[in-house]
Amino acid sequence: MADLSVKVAGVTFNNPLIAASGTFGFGREYGEFYPLSTLGGISCKGITLKRRDGNPPPRIAETPSGILNAVGLQNPGVDVFIREDLPWLKQQGTVVIANIAGNTVDEYCQMAEKLSETDVDMIELNISCPNVKSGGVQFGTSCESVENITAAVRKSCKKPLIVKLSPNVTDIASIAQAAEAAGADAISMINTLTGMRIDIHTRRPIIRNNTGGLSGAAVFPVAVRMVWQVANAVKLPIIGMGGISTWEDAAEMLMAGATALQIGTVLFSDPYAPVKINEGLNRFLDENNMTSVTDLTKTVIPW
Amino acid sequence: MKYDVRQLPLLSNEEIAHGIFDMRLAYRQDDLPVACGQFAHVYVPSKTLRRPISVCDASDGELRLVYQVKGAGTQIMSQMQPGSMVDVLGPLGHGFQIEKGRRYCLIGGGIGVPPMLLTAKQCEDPLIITGFRSKSLVILQEDFKALGETLLCTDDGSAGQKGFVTDLLRERIGEIDEVCACGPTPMLKAVAAVCREYGKPCQVSLEERMGCGVGACLVCAVKVRKNGEEIMQHVCKNGPVFQAEEVVF
Ligand SMILES: Cc1cc2nc3c(=O)[nH]c(=O)nc-3n(C[C@H](O)[C@H](O)[C@H](O)COP(=O)(O)OP(=O)(O)OC[C@H]3O[C@@H](n4cnc5c(N)ncnc54)[C@H](O)[C@@H]3O)c2cc1C
Ligand SMILES: Cc1cc2nc3c(=O)[nH]c(=O)nc-3n(C[C@H](O)[C@H](O)[C@H](O)COP(=O)(O)O)c2cc1C
Ligand code: FES
Repeated sequence: MADLSVKVAGVTFNNPLIAASGTFGFGREYGEFYPLSTLGGISCKGITLKRRDGNPPPRIAETPSGILNAVGLQNPGVDVFIREDLPWLKQQGTVVIANIAGNTVDEYCQMAEKLSETDVDMIELNISCPNVKSGGVQFGTSCESVENITAAVRKSCKKPLIVKLSPNVTDIASIAQAAEAAGADAISMINTLTGMRIDIHTRRPIIRNNTGGLSGAAVFPVAVRMVWQVANAVKLPIIGMGGISTWEDAAEMLMAGATALQIGTVLFSDPYAPVKINEGLNRFLDENNMTSVTDLTKTVIPW
Repeated sequence: MKYDVRQLPLLSNEEIAHGIFDMRLAYRQDDLPVACGQFAHVYVPSKTLRRPISVCDASDGELRLVYQVKGAGTQIMSQMQPGSMVDVLGPLGHGFQIEKGRRYCLIGGGIGVPPMLLTAKQCEDPLIITGFRSKSLVILQEDFKALGETLLCTDDGSAGQKGFVTDLLRERIGEIDEVCACGPTPMLKAVAAVCREYGKPCQVSLEERMGCGVGACLVCAVKVRKNGEEIMQHVCKNGPVFQAEEVVF
């Protein structure tokens, strides 16, 4: 029985698996399958300052080994989250991460300020949502804007600050360095890659938003490559995600440089994936006489 | 609501009309209580997403799913062999609300017909109206006839009366208290309009593309009006059955 716990920016997770933002709501539904303490942590659905209704449906399309989604940040707003969901989440014995998105830098700062006064464990800055018209990804695609927003939120934020990176950039390592320079405590990556599907009979995009974000097994090799590049460029701990579906994927992502992991899309086909991945990791560590899952991090032997 | 995933043995999987299959799975009502109008989220090997299929019937140790082959996922389902295991999440969602002492008209259109079977079993003396595009797609008539007066119509007149379910509904609406309907959105819209005209309550079962199936990912959105305000709800969790007057079609 190896030690599966990991530490990211001073916060201890019982195991390296965190539910990926937007795939797990505020935890209540998956809490009907198993105790949420099965997971090391939960990154909650992205929240905004005011309630958002999101995009019109269809919001999802299947792709080879993946999905496109364009939910458009439907959420009840930060105040409702703090009042109605956070107190319950904090009783579930798992790390609670608030994922925040805004239209302006000021909105991000206001949310960070509010959340700093709560019991939330960490804040994840979502500057990588491809599915909203303003806000989201435009803050995450140049080094200047990443540095600018990270520095601004850092001042308003008393919690460990995770910056979630978009893969829709030319040089992800320099973006990560900008976040590090501006005071981020950790990096999480990757958010979805923008994509599109068209119904050839109607000539309409399947997703009402026309484009959506690609996730699931299809993006896994891209995510591994990006985590590896960022691990070579910054000292910050990395929460790796993008298509992790099996314990082998989890081990691979850790070896590429991740300290903790998020899993999302795999839950839709197998809600019990976290249980299976943790079991598999544990077995792998035992078989290799390793005592802690942290012994896997960044152990790739590159050519 | 407690959720779980179960491996159910496949008993049979037969084509009952052109491209339409009747899948029967071994199941025990004690393990897996099912209400009419709920759906099963079926795992399809090699696919990233499960496929939502309404429960057609649940009795005598069998769970019945009747589905039409549309794309790759239902194609794979149609090739599953008896003896294999089918991975089912559910039953999920909120189904039709059936009260004692009311006469229901149950309307199914096309592949929206199957869930009306279990629904018919919950009703006293239901009036059942089924509509299809043409004769080759007609299903479940004998099952329905055992449960109540069953009317059939087809768009092209190749079976039953030529016309739409709403034509039959108009003729008989005076006899019934409430309507429950499942079928393509234009049909549901038309049924809802007739019910509004005659002041009859109407429940409709909606479809939307799904991810999780349990209300966590928020992809299966439907706009509904509650207390004068338009809000987004979710077909998998709040539905699939909604009060027609609340749905912003
Ligand atoms: C609550 C509910 C109950 C349903 N009950 C039945 C039933 O009893 N019998 C039946 O034949 N069909 C039913 N459907 C429709 C059925 O889910 C789709 O026909 C099926 O998912 C198509 O999958 P595919 O792989 O063959 O098609 P593809 O087009 O290859 O599927 C691609 C993706 O789109 C999704 N999708 C495509 N069409 C639909 C649709 N109409 N609704 C929802 N998702 C869709 C698929 O699930 C998949 O994720 C129901 C749908 C819902 C939402
Ligand atoms: C339906 C859906 C909704 C998502 N919503 C958010 C969100 O609100 N905030 C965010 O930072 N990421 C969001 N994501 C991205 C995921 O958190 C994750 O970065 C991505 O899906 C890759 O991981 P996966 O392949 O394991 O799903 C969403 C993904 C999906 C599939
Ligand atoms: S399918 Fe995930 S919320 Fe309905």
